[in-house]
Amino acid sequence: MRYVIIVARKYDVRTGDRLFQLFVASAAFAGLGLLAACFYEIYTLSKPALEAFGFGLIFKNAWDPIQNEYGILAFVYGTVVTSFLAVMIATPISVAAAAFLSELAPYYLKKSVAFLIEMLAAIPSVVYGLWGIFVLAPFLRTTGEPFLANTLGFLPFFQGAPYGVGMLAAGLILAIMITPTIASLTREIFETVPRSQREAALALGATRWESIKLGVLKSAIPGILGAVILGLGRALGETMAVTMLIGNRNDISISLFDPAQTMASVLANEYNEASGLHLSALASVGLALFVVSFFTNVIARLIVWRSR
Amino acid sequence: MKAILKTERLNAFFESFHAVRDVNLEVTPNSVYALIGPSGCGKSTLLRTMNRLHEETAGASVQGKVILEGKNIYDAGVDPVAIRRRIGMVFQKPNPFPSMSIFDNTIVGLKLAGIRKLSLLNEVAERSLKRSALWDEVKDKLKEPSTSLSGGQQQRLCIARALAIEPPVLLMDEPTSALDPISTARIEELVTELKKLVTVVIVTHNMQQASRISDSTGFMYLGELVESDKTSKIFTNPHDERTERYVTGRYG
Amino acid sequence: MSVIQLNLRDRRRKIIDRLMLLLLVMSAFFAVIPLLFVFYYVMSKALPHINLEFFYQLPVPVGESGGGMGNAVMGTMKLLGIASIVGIPWGIFIGIYLSEYGKSKTANAVRFFTDLFTSVPSIIIGLFVYGLIVKPMGSFSGIAGGLSLAVIMIPIIGRSTEEILKLTPIHIREAGLALGLSRRKVIIQIVLRGSASAVFTGVLLAIARASGETAPLLFTALNNSFWSNSLLEPMASLPVQIFTYAVSPFEEWQNQAWVGAFVLVFFVFGVNLLVRIWFNFGVKR
Repeated sequence: MRYVIIVARKYDVRTGDRLFQLFVASAAFAGLGLLAACFYEIYTLSKPALEAFGFGLIFKNAWDPIQNEYGILAFVYGTVVTSFLAVMIATPISVAAAAFLSELAPYYLKKSVAFLIEMLAAIPSVVYGLWGIFVLAPFLRTTGEPFLANTLGFLPFFQGAPYGVGMLAAGLILAIMITPTIASLTREIFETVPRSQREAALALGATRWESIKLGVLKSAIPGILGAVILGLGRALGETMAVTMLIGNRNDISISLFDPAQTMASVLANEYNEASGLHLSALASVGLALFVVSFFTNVIARLIVWRSR
Repeated sequence: MKAILKTERLNAFFESFHAVRDVNLEVTPNSVYALIGPSGCGKSTLLRTMNRLHEETAGASVQGKVILEGKNIYDAGVDPVAIRRRIGMVFQKPNPFPSMSIFDNTIVGLKLAGIRKLSLLNEVAERSLKRSALWDEVKDKLKEPSTSLSGGQQQRLCIARALAIEPPVLLMDEPTSALDPISTARIEELVTELKKLVTVVIVTHNMQQASRISDSTGFMYLGELVESDKTSKIFTNPHDERTERYVTGRYG
Repeated sequence: MSVIQLNLRDRRRKIIDRLMLLLLVMSAFFAVIPLLFVFYYVMSKALPHINLEFFYQLPVPVGESGGGMGNAVMGTMKLLGIASIVGIPWGIFIGIYLSEYGKSKTANAVRFFTDLFTSVPSIIIGLFVYGLIVKPMGSFSGIAGGLSLAVIMIPIIGRSTEEILKLTPIHIREAGLALGLSRRKVIIQIVLRGSASAVFTGVLLAIARASGETAPLLFTALNNSFWSNSLLEPMASLPVQIFTYAVSPFEEWQNQAWVGAFVLVFFVFGVNLLVRIWFNFGVKR
């Protein structure tokens, strides 16, 4: 007969386990510490400007590095306009594409289209910017914006000279970039709706579209909202493509054809040569961007986690 | 009596899998017809060919005829959407539309058909909810979301929803298998009442339920309709050996 | 309700049905079209100018022919290397914590904020590392750039590792425990070992993502027209070079920008495709 010999451990296994747990836990908490340090660091960098101008600089539209007068309203405006434009364009297309993928697409199409949409998300921002400068902007300048001016020119948004670069170009490129964000999350939400909802609608004599509308879309609305806000969060923080297409003009204007500046783009453009109070004012722009994008993402995630 | 619903050489496939084989059955009006059989025998699939829901699954197909009120619903040129308005369906898990109120759920079939007149909608809602024995429990809270109801109540709501468009035939796919015994009993009571209004075809895996509430029963095994007869006969003196083995519990 | 009335409404409903379904199909098409456009242009503008010198020669002044972005390509590789050394282990540990010890309320909070961390704008991360390292150091440096990329990679790797490790079924963990292995051995030897290739693909995707990041490098590694011999001086990188050239007025530089974009896109797509093929054909559990 064989006997199994139990070897006494040299140390308590429990301690080893505890240490391991502590180790990975501290990695995780240290990771959060990075996030907090991020906030703290940017706050510190922007302190001189905040002390000089107070939080009111959010509402001032004055950006003059020579006179050292700083108000960031123009950048907030640019960010808000381009981001909301992007969301308005991207949402219907993304939600519809997601509905196509989850409700209509046959298996072989589903995989390839879903893959293509995900690849949209993989293209680096700077490549979008490059393409935007040499393809999108010229197109807008020669064809797109004149067309809009002719058809919708009675609206103040579509008046003025067609520059090509400007808020419209930036908004469009952002719309392309946030489409995969909204579409993939929306698709996930659609796919969690149980099949019997659609069948219940069909069984009542609904057409295919009506069964999608009744059985899927209606109950997915909170989730879709979360996906859209997530897309908004992404648009707010997008830097390179916007910087290359926004036209870099530190002022506010109504027409979408006009160049502007966003919080992210002014940072990218002016940071390297800035110093002193200018630098600190730019850091305050960064702080504002951080706070806005942070809260947008918190709200989006809360909505999405809740609807799951 | 002429059958209100009958199938002729009905076959159903999932891609190449032959799920329903050459089924011929007849359902008399204002009766309850139960479909029983072990798991996977094709009874749910058979049910879903009756309102042309089966073909909505990718790769699924149907051969043969289903004749409703004298007309073959699988004739070329027949619109499945129109058919489904003549045949109602209640599913295994209660599935009221979660974003809609009790009232809206009840009359959604009418709204789809384009009926907007509020007085008519109210009338039909009350009638249907009374017919599904839910009216007294919800009459004061018609605007509340359907999800605020219990499982058994939700299922009765689904029955009301199906009845609202006044179909002559109501299909029920294991409607009580997700419910507790008390709700089950209530719905069984309901079905026996309902047959005065509609013809019911019910799939159930619960033999006792079939023997309690149905007038005729069909036993299915591996896609075939082995035997179809009066319920009393199926359960006390079946023809086929396979039927006998099933109803005496030799296999599930 | 008369049958005639129903028929009319039915026809309208059918038309709406067809229209809406068509709209859905077209939307999917519109969503995907930009990708094909970008792809097409990058390829058609880059291919005429692509050559091997791109990878090993330094940029030349405007007007001279030849030259390449060798320093940028090397720079990106060095930056990704630094980022990986710091970011991969840290990210994996976070993933282990969240997956193995992640049921408590505290862990849920950590998960929530780690998730949030993945969507902090990368320019903010650049600002952070600027304040933390570049300013005190007094100069832009490759190491600052690498660290900023690491900060971006850490939460991404953390979350992807967590999702992958969570896939190991509980009965496999219990089998390990039943054999007398300590908890940490089960995690390392069984769970982690078993999912190693999947975790690796998550890491690859994070690296691909970091390779395209430009904004943080603007404040940390800046750029360099020459080879960087030390990590403590500014370092060129592919994305920053593309940006600089793209906004320049010189055609030769713009052409180089397209070539750079092509290389980047090729790399990122290549990694993504490989990962997908791996998952579809290799890992069949």
